[in-house]
Amino acid sequence: MPRPHVRAWFDRLFDLLPPVTSLGAALAVASILLIVMNANVGEAYLALAAGAFGTENATAETLVKAIPVLFIAIGICVAFRASVINIGGEGQMIAGAVAGVTIAIAFGGRLPPLLVIVLSLLAGFAAGAVYGGIAGFLKAYFNVNEILSTIMLNQVAVQMMNFLLNGPLLDPTEVGTNHIPKTARILNELQLPRLTIGWFDGVEVFARTRLHYGLILAILLAVVVYVLLWHTPIGYRIRAVGFNDRASRYAGINVRRQVVLAMCLAGGCAGLAGVVQVLGLQYRLQTDGSPAGFTANAGFNGIVAALFGGLNPFGAIPASIFFGGLLVGAQNMQRDIGVPASLITAVNGIIVIFAVSSQVFVQRRRQRRRNIEINPPTTASSPEAAAATRKAQA
Amino acid sequence: MIEQVFTASVFAAALRLATPYMFASIGEMFGQRSGVLNLGVDGIMLMGAFFAHYVALMTGSAVLGVGAALLVGALLGLATAFVSVTLKAEQGISGIGMYLFGLGMSELLFQRLVGTPRSVEGFSAIYIPLLSDIQFLGIGEIFFRHNILVYVAFALVPISAYIINRTPFGLMIRAVGQNPQAADAMGINVARVRYMTVILGSMLAGLAGAALSVALLKVFQQNLTSGLGFIAVALVYFGRWRPVGIMIGALLFSFVNALQLQISAIGLNIPSEFAVMAPYVITIIALVFASRQTEKPDALTKPFERGE
Amino acid sequence: MNKRLVTLLLVMAALLVGVLPTVNAQDDVFRVAAVAPSATNDLAFSQSMFDALTLVDAEMGDAFDFVFQEGTFVVDDAAVALREWAASGEYDLIIAHGSQYGAIVEELAPEFPETSFAWGTDQNTFGLPNVFAYTAAAGEGGFLNGAMAAMMSESGIIGVVGPIEVGDAKLYVDGFVAGAAAIRPDVQVQVTYIQSFSDVPLATEAANTFVANGADVLTGTAQMVVGPIAVATENGIPWFGTQSSQADLAAESGVMFQVYRWDVVLMDMIASIQGGTLGGEAFTLTLANGGLQMVMGQRGM
Repeated sequence: MPRPHVRAWFDRLFDLLPPVTSLGAALAVASILLIVMNANVGEAYLALAAGAFGTENATAETLVKAIPVLFIAIGICVAFRASVINIGGEGQMIAGAVAGVTIAIAFGGRLPPLLVIVLSLLAGFAAGAVYGGIAGFLKAYFNVNEILSTIMLNQVAVQMMNFLLNGPLLDPTEVGTNHIPKTARILNELQLPRLTIGWFDGVEVFARTRLHYGLILAILLAVVVYVLLWHTPIGYRIRAVGFNDRASRYAGINVRRQVVLAMCLAGGCAGLAGVVQVLGLQYRLQTDGSPAGFTANAGFNGIVAALFGGLNPFGAIPASIFFGGLLVGAQNMQRDIGVPASLITAVNGIIVIFAVSSQVFVQRRRQRRRNIEINPPTTASSPEAAAATRKAQA
Repeated sequence: MIEQVFTASVFAAALRLATPYMFASIGEMFGQRSGVLNLGVDGIMLMGAFFAHYVALMTGSAVLGVGAALLVGALLGLATAFVSVTLKAEQGISGIGMYLFGLGMSELLFQRLVGTPRSVEGFSAIYIPLLSDIQFLGIGEIFFRHNILVYVAFALVPISAYIINRTPFGLMIRAVGQNPQAADAMGINVARVRYMTVILGSMLAGLAGAALSVALLKVFQQNLTSGLGFIAVALVYFGRWRPVGIMIGALLFSFVNALQLQISAIGLNIPSEFAVMAPYVITIIALVFASRQTEKPDALTKPFERGE
Repeated sequence: MNKRLVTLLLVMAALLVGVLPTVNAQDDVFRVAAVAPSATNDLAFSQSMFDALTLVDAEMGDAFDFVFQEGTFVVDDAAVALREWAASGEYDLIIAHGSQYGAIVEELAPEFPETSFAWGTDQNTFGLPNVFAYTAAAGEGGFLNGAMAAMMSESGIIGVVGPIEVGDAKLYVDGFVAGAAAIRPDVQVQVTYIQSFSDVPLATEAANTFVANGADVLTGTAQMVVGPIAVATENGIPWFGTQSSQADLAAESGVMFQVYRWDVVLMDMIASIQGGTLGGEAFTLTLANGGLQMVMGQRGM
């Protein structure tokens, strides 16, 4: 048996397997596709990289793109840790945006700006949580598969948004016109400030870009969710249910409640993605009738980023930035050398497939590791845990 | 008023609309009965739709197009099975990966190989002699004036029910889906059965795409399916993993869709957002009722580990 | 603590890759960049702008150049492209081709007062001196199409497939309905807005529903009409189109197409910018100024 520190080092290396293999495989497939399309592979990747990080503005746009993806990914970490497959990020994000913009418009100018922003964020979280909670409730108490219900609820959410934007939420100055339906613009004082970073000699980075404080909010949320998942009883119960729901039930955990809670938290994070997108970037809600017109597929990309980050909120941060860069860079690739951005959609799919396939190897290894660590019952943090893990091994 | 809404043509439209769902859902059912959830149906449909359309465009033969769709479905099914069965990846997520791959790839191929939307000859409606002339209750119009793939889709219901319930292969599928350990002990090759069902299901998903691009719509465009494949997966649950149940679900969903178009066409004043929303809401409600007494395969989404 | 760490990482990332120098357009070539929601060959809205730019390119030759980002249905992706182009300083005119992009232009244009922007379809320049707006009086061609459709219809029922009830789609549909009613007050025009610009299966079934209800002429607008066109062809009934010419796809069904000739307003804008005026004006394509052109299909000849 290898010495402990060698083991730990080896384990850490093994954790890097899914991102590295999936990225390598995706790059290989993308290169083949580019060659088949008679595109210069090197040129294409250069355009991709330059579009993502080539200029100050490109880097800022990458981060801007990463913000909603990160919010969703953090929520996905909670849901997937409870073994709840939440595909409803799109709908929950829309629900959050609708609630947030409603509060911002209703109370803007009547209450102190900071209070309105906080209320708006809370409303977004609550709306997303309720919307996610519906799917959680249906799964826990009616045995409705959450993958299916969340997919359906995505469609319902977008039509609900279309209806509200055409009616009650329509910008009053737009009534009777035939413009794309949109809400009124939120007051300037309610906008999340642009994020500039002071550097030495008074140089400011990201000064003339769209980067906003949503990034800080998302990172704070990652910290909160990390603490919640790994350092509170709530998080422990959620993970126990995900690890083995039968064992958790024997251990006295209310499995149904954890499932609903996990979906509420995941939905709440997605709801925040929506409201931050409004307060920080678009300053209003508008629709072209399709869900992606507003969400930019963040609900799906968030899943990819969460997996890529090893279902850990901190891992989700670089993963979201990476995918933000991929998406922004893909647009540049299209502009510069005419490679359709759909190539990146396909490559993203390949990354997901490889990431989730190689994840299995890591999990199996982790499970073995955990068994070794937890086997003596005295090291378990609570009797519940010991019971749960004993049952899990049975 | 009522007779204006519930016309024979609405029922006929429901049958037509149900066709792609039925191919995809029945295919999905085979995989799920053996314990594999394939969530990538929509992506496979898109690839099937593209290749069917492209081959039909190049050769002028819709039959060859269908063959291409079946072939590409089989290949993607092989990949899905490899990921789900051999590598034992989380099925819900790898399916999203397959969906994104199909979505991006079909668009890329379309842009490069075809470019602008073009229509194909495709399959036209076949009027079944005598039967299509029945005026009584509009039976002729509802049932007997469809293209060949509509008939095939409905013929698939008894055929697949027979395969699942009455053949040794069906017995193996059910055994593997209910209790893979026991099946393994009985000498059934679990992995092989699952490979076969997933490949068969994906071929039917490819066929569902072909039904859109060479029979119902006769054109191809980016994201042609608009998420139809996800509904197809939901219908499997709705239909409680039985072909007849799936048919009923597909017909109900399609009927609500046809109805909302009819209501809009004759100018009844319902906000169109709610009309578009209706099929999804009804599916959720139906899922609630369908899931109470579940007949879900016990091993669904669970990879098989020998000797646990 | 954490925030500072992240800040540091971000800054390092930004510095590592460096900041590329920007080049200003000093030569005599007039450079245009445009972003559009769907493909350049969608036979509809996006194609109309791509075709127009291609025409201008042919006319001006070496003195003109353009780049085009297609398929940008994600509104925020357009914001990225527009900002990149504006920041590069390489373009004399930046076009946001889609009314959903208006809010972006409103935010962006004041930040880049030296660059000229154009967006449509709309008439609102936001009171900004460097924004042009352009729109199409789509109701005019709609009226003509509707009138002719009413004349061709024997059953007196006409089907219209629309996306969402906004912009030039609404103008076209309203004009079409008015045109049909002007010729035959008893004509019944059935309109369905399917709440999507891209859902081909739904658009197709909407068209099938019209045919089942006795419609013997069809029309529609937005890129999902490729489905309804196939329905018209299949049933051998006339099809009327708008935005771009769909004559090739519609073949023997196509009667008349209203084509947006954005090149007319583009030439005006280019002249204006070369004269030193960067915006502040709204342009409208009409039949009178040649911006709207009626093109005959096979069935119309």
